[in-house]
Amino acid sequence: MTDIVSTIREGNEPAQGLKPRSELTARELLREVGAVLRMSEAEAAKLGDIPVDPSEDQTMIINMGPQHPSTHGVLRLMLELQGETVLRCKPIIGYLHTGMEKTGENLTYMQGGTNVTRMDYLSPLNNELVFSMATEKLLGIDGDIPERAVWMRMLLSELNRMSSHLLFMATNGMDLGAVSMMIYGWREREDVLRFFQKVTGLRMNHNFIRPGGVAADLPEGWRDDVLHLLDSIPPRLEEYDILMTGQPIWRDRLQGVGVITQAEAMALGATGPILRSTGVEWDLRRDQPYLHYDEVEFDVIVGSYGDAFDRYAIRLNEIRESIKIVRQILDRMPTGDYRIQNKKITPPPRARIDESMEALIHHFKIFTEGFKVPEGEVYVAIESPRGEIGCYIASDGSATPYRLHVRAPSFVNIQCLPHMMRGGLVADAVAVISSVDPVLGEVDR
Amino acid sequence: MSDDTLALPGDALREGVVSALRDALGADLLDSLIKPNDDVWVRVSSEAWQQAGRVLRDTVGCDYFCFLSAIDWMPSPYGKSEDDPTAPVPERSTEIVQGYAGGDTRFQVFARVTNLSKHFGVTIKADVADEALAVDSWIPVYAGANWHERECHEMFGIGFTGHPDLRNMYLPTDFEGHPLRKDFPLLARIIKPWPGLADVEPLPGGDDDEEGAES
Repeated sequence: MTDIVSTIREGNEPAQGLKPRSELTARELLREVGAVLRMSEAEAAKLGDIPVDPSEDQTMIINMGPQHPSTHGVLRLMLELQGETVLRCKPIIGYLHTGMEKTGENLTYMQGGTNVTRMDYLSPLNNELVFSMATEKLLGIDGDIPERAVWMRMLLSELNRMSSHLLFMATNGMDLGAVSMMIYGWREREDVLRFFQKVTGLRMNHNFIRPGGVAADLPEGWRDDVLHLLDSIPPRLEEYDILMTGQPIWRDRLQGVGVITQAEAMALGATGPILRSTGVEWDLRRDQPYLHYDEVEFDVIVGSYGDAFDRYAIRLNEIRESIKIVRQILDRMPTGDYRIQNKKITPPPRARIDESMEALIHHFKIFTEGFKVPEGEVYVAIESPRGEIGCYIASDGSATPYRLHVRAPSFVNIQCLPHMMRGGLVADAVAVISSVDPVLGEVDR
Repeated sequence: MSDDTLALPGDALREGVVSALRDALGADLLDSLIKPNDDVWVRVSSEAWQQAGRVLRDTVGCDYFCFLSAIDWMPSPYGKSEDDPTAPVPERSTEIVQGYAGGDTRFQVFARVTNLSKHFGVTIKADVADEALAVDSWIPVYAGANWHERECHEMFGIGFTGHPDLRNMYLPTDFEGHPLRKDFPLLARIIKPWPGLADVEPLPGGDDDEEGAES
């Protein structure tokens, strides 16, 4: 009988569930509150000693998600509430787990881009970029990528940062009840995606940045399109400022909510805007420059309170910084090749395939068998809109990675959620999830 | 941040990492590899795994935890699942060949930590013996290792001594096997062979063509 009851209560994921405190020992409690940094063992033991009288115990465990609209995908949170206060929070992930790392070990380096681009589906170009850079480093051609390809990669990755942050503006507004903001953010993001569609053919999951360069040259009229974006978006950011940043309700809703201290953020390995909101100046674009980021002027936006408002403000201003970078890229975009001319990894141009049998065979071989990559290991990290995305590839000399590991920024940021939630209001839980801006495709991989 | 924020990553720093680990761990530092102007790999014994983490954090100044994962160095007996399903299964070598900084065992855990003030990272590895598939948890050193170790436990079956909560994150609780091990087949490829690997339809004019024409 008890078995049936516990099965019903715990559902089919018994090991993942959050148990009532009356059934927890102090040690488990310490673990559940994620109190590694906030509470000493003794304090937690004291909590566990509290005699639990069921009629007195007014806490309630509720599930938020996995279908809750503000959980940005399929994140499930188990919250223990006392009144409206969140005592404990436990993120449960895995609903989108598709084994992308395993799949990546079975795809050639040429096909790998289609796989990694689907991890963080809001910044696909950054994923492709980090995978391509890792592959190029293994091939030893990372210094030979044509200038135009490098600047194109920078252009696309900055525009992608803008589109991702604009989507954050939209969802953050929506989660907090500023519904018109949702429409605005979506509108601006769609402008950027329209440009991506023109360049890559797709709105998302482009597989455009590939080992050796990019898939195609920029289309005619691209400069006007980018200029149009750069002219149309800044005034709208000013509108956001009026609509949200300076508005008392918005500030009340975000300031002091979901605070994480610098020590906690560092210990937990938080990354991106979460880390910077606590005052740590760490942006890989500046601190471990890749591509030509050491040649452009931009500021690293840093917060000081580690709260949801700082994270909002950081992202808003990072859009402005990206616009600044894109303007410099427009000035410096060189002419030339958009991919490396290396027979081993570059397929022959389309026109050659029609006239040369060898070119056709070569093209077929590259896309079916792929190219062999020398043995070795490499870790490459870049700054995606969500923080440090890294790609670790171990190669055994064949055409597929032996081990592909992606250090996903959302994964480490979600781990910080229990720390940010603790002691807050359940209404603020939505604001906290939103301010972390997780992409579950990347968390679960 | 401190004055040396602008110090560029250099090989001297990487040599400093290796010598700091050698001073602290002695013979437990098994191997190291420095790629000039690029990166550094070190390998420590599994007993010294946690202590190496402490040295990296406190002495070397790598205060930022990047990630932790594992590698299974025994090549997959299934290959890349790209063989002709009608042909006999080819023999494949399952000889274990480790990567950078060597190794003695099939499984290795590896982690990466970063020094935020001097702008360099270190990849550290440790062998995990097959008979006792466990190393000490890094949680006391880097709290952020928690979920990474859970993931690693789930995907490779490697235990982390002292970890408070090694429960599955991604897979159902009763899932059997460890998906990222090389001897775990990528079932999607085995159930349905990669399209184009073999002509599954008989060619016209073949031996069994007549039979097909009648039905």
